[in-house]
Amino acid sequence: MAEKMTLIVFSGDMDKSLAAFNVAIGGASIGMEVSMFFTFWGLNVIKKNEGPTKSKGIMRKMLNFMNRGGAKRLGLSKFHMFGMGKWMMGKLMKDVRSPSVQELMIMAHQSGVKFIACTNTLGMMGLGKESFIPEVDSYAGVATYLADAKDGRINLFV
Amino acid sequence: MKSDATLDCVGLYCPMPIHQTANKLKELKTGQVLEILASDEGIKEDAPAWCRATGNEFVGMEEKGGETKVYIKQTK
Repeated sequence: MAEKMTLIVFSGDMDKSLAAFNVAIGGASIGMEVSMFFTFWGLNVIKKNEGPTKSKGIMRKMLNFMNRGGAKRLGLSKFHMFGMGKWMMGKLMKDVRSPSVQELMIMAHQSGVKFIACTNTLGMMGLGKESFIPEVDSYAGVATYLADAKDGRINLFV
Repeated sequence: MKSDATLDCVGLYCPMPIHQTANKLKELKTGQVLEILASDEGIKEDAPAWCRATGNEFVGMEEKGGETKVYIKQTK
């Protein structure tokens, strides 16, 4: 059986997501079975870029409006500067033909990396599965993560 | 050095070269050698490390200008 690697993607930052996907793709390239567990702000990474996110109640609506998410919309954890820093970072990345978060995400998925979305956060934020990209393999909780992490040779929290 | 296939990763940064190497090597038969052209400095350490991790054979490396040629034998 292949060795396992797990990643918890907690932050929804563009730079941290790049690092997470980079390690995940690397793991898949050496034949590891990789799973990424997206929780809290990390769910923004696997939200659809298009369409509104539906939720009930004024507070949840407000939260999901301000925390729209989608791989395209992720901000930098540092020097974001209302999007200007992100724009500049994007330029630099294009300049050296570095893949974007979206491209890395597709690559990871094609390499067999499993995407798991945290149902606890989904419930708390009032989000349904229709808000997420179809590449999400399962919707689950901590036991699913731990079952993988228990046998994991590499377990990371991003 | 002789090779059975070539992969051009010039201009690409980590993790692209190893990701593409892993995919390309699947197309090769056991005993065949893949030549990888890369410009990312990291490949010099990453290619042998990738071979150690996967059990494929690191045959050698040649440097020319800013480019590195890496040879990996499919042994898995």
